[in-house]
Amino acid sequence: MGMTMTEKILARGARRESVRPGDLVLAKVDFAMGHDLTIPPAGKIMREQMGAEKIWDPERVAVTQDHFQPAKDAASATLGRLTREFSRDMGIKWYFEVGQGGICHTVLPENGLVLPGELVVGADSHSCTYGALNNFATGIGSTDLACVFALGELWFRVPETLKFVYHNRLKEWVEAKDLILYVIGQIGVDGARSKAMEHTGEALRHIDMEARLTMTNMAIEAGAKNGIMEFDEVTRGYLDGRAKRTYTPVTSDPDAEYEKVFEFDAEKVELGVARPMSPDNYSPLSEVAGTRLDQVFIGSCTNSRITDLRRAAAVLDGHKVAPGVRLIITPSSHQVAIQAEKEGLIGIFLASGAAWTTATCGACLGGHMGVLGEGEVCLSTTNRNFPGRMGHPKALVYLSNPAVAAASAVTGVITHPREVLKKMPAGIA
Amino acid sequence: MTYPTVIRGRAWKFGANIDTDQIIPAKYAIYSLDEKELGKHAMEGVPGREGWSAGVTPGDILIGGSNFGCGSSREIAPVAIRGAGISLVIADSYARIFFRNAINMGYPILQSPQAAEAVEEGDELEVDLEAGIVRNFTKGDEYRSEAFPTFMNELLHMGGLVPWVRKRLEERRLATARG
Repeated sequence: MGMTMTEKILARGARRESVRPGDLVLAKVDFAMGHDLTIPPAGKIMREQMGAEKIWDPERVAVTQDHFQPAKDAASATLGRLTREFSRDMGIKWYFEVGQGGICHTVLPENGLVLPGELVVGADSHSCTYGALNNFATGIGSTDLACVFALGELWFRVPETLKFVYHNRLKEWVEAKDLILYVIGQIGVDGARSKAMEHTGEALRHIDMEARLTMTNMAIEAGAKNGIMEFDEVTRGYLDGRAKRTYTPVTSDPDAEYEKVFEFDAEKVELGVARPMSPDNYSPLSEVAGTRLDQVFIGSCTNSRITDLRRAAAVLDGHKVAPGVRLIITPSSHQVAIQAEKEGLIGIFLASGAAWTTATCGACLGGHMGVLGEGEVCLSTTNRNFPGRMGHPKALVYLSNPAVAAASAVTGVITHPREVLKKMPAGIA
Repeated sequence: MTYPTVIRGRAWKFGANIDTDQIIPAKYAIYSLDEKELGKHAMEGVPGREGWSAGVTPGDILIGGSNFGCGSSREIAPVAIRGAGISLVIADSYARIFFRNAINMGYPILQSPQAAEAVEEGDELEVDLEAGIVRNFTKGDEYRSEAFPTFMNELLHMGGLVPWVRKRLEERRLATARG
């Protein structure tokens, strides 16, 4: 019996010939990540409770200062300091200081730290993002991370795999975000609970790596353990000049067993949003167009890489943010910010009346720089809109792609981007 | 910490898809290293449950619906619930990171769709963790819970992942010493 990509990676990590769904394995980890909210508890558990003095391999660990940094208050400054001191004491090679890194899930791929065929864990639920690069990547807790730091290995239950096949190509204006919101709307926030989501099909061949990362990023919003994609020329092109280690891509066997196969016609997927208060509350854009907004947020590990900002800038160019609305744009990494500066995107944002911030998770988790008040309505390019996610439990959050967000900031209501921009310029769409 | 065998307490009932931002809003992540402070804010993100933890009597039992603890990886979610004085969580099903975190902490959780459906708020429960049976004294009912894989039970009984790692580190040290 063949194995899926996910099963092969876990089997290799467990030093076994093969594994089946449901097996509990102890597997070697290739790369691990933590940030300012998860490193302090993990470091304390590792040193004070587990009695470990050093990390199994400081070259295979990345730490970012992204969630509440630059420190939003004195308590966050303490978390930042504990994170900084732990990284220094352990000699962690890939430590990203404020102003030099950004959001973990953008920083790790752009620095070529998470590679095909690898087993990656991160103490953050959106660590599933990396799977677009043909690896097994999953979110873990702080005690888990302490275990990985101490031993270099961790327990896993081998997941059943669900296969998602996307036929044909996405239509004009429709982005990877719309596709994944549609899929989550179809299967629900627990539709892939504890399972692997393997994405494949023609539609994926025509989208770039950043769009693919948007799709695997949201695997957790369907409850999945990981999201994973095949290795192809797009993957190779993205990793050329970035990859920090040699790597071995992995493919699913033709006779691999899937718990279920879902088939979608990508061409039929409409521009859409997730309505409040759940990421599976999908609705075609046409049904919510005209909804009045207080805030628009373009940011997060889901949709604030350079290609996302290019589309937002194309829409905003020459326009102003509508009166009564504030637009907050947060690049997902420092490298993205540098590139945006080079391309003149920041000038467009500032001229439109947008607030441009440093790279941070910030408003996405109701941390800082864009927290919502009671009754406020926000359109956001983020991943999650459960009650209270971005601030007050009675704030309403709609999730969309960046072009829709930009257009809606211009009009003040949820708007199709073609009402502001005739056509997305070639090379950006 | 020894793993309990029987737990008695009053039930608090919650619905489906209670996510970690409702269990402990992210703003309280600044108290990541303070279980008592986290406990004061447990479940306050659930609409209508502001100030909930003040009413909890230590030992009470929390009942959740399906996909309990979905959302972020924050381990402070089960930590906050424990900090509020809840002795055991029973749910229809769990989101995977919440589930892992609870097991890794050696914190008792049970999966019982029967109990999650039938138990009502305020019911007096007695739970036999060894047998996996939930007795409802208020209703005179009894529910079964689903068995966990052996390794997870072992982790729970030994107090979670910390003692397990300590043991493995010790084994490695001995192996190195023997050369």
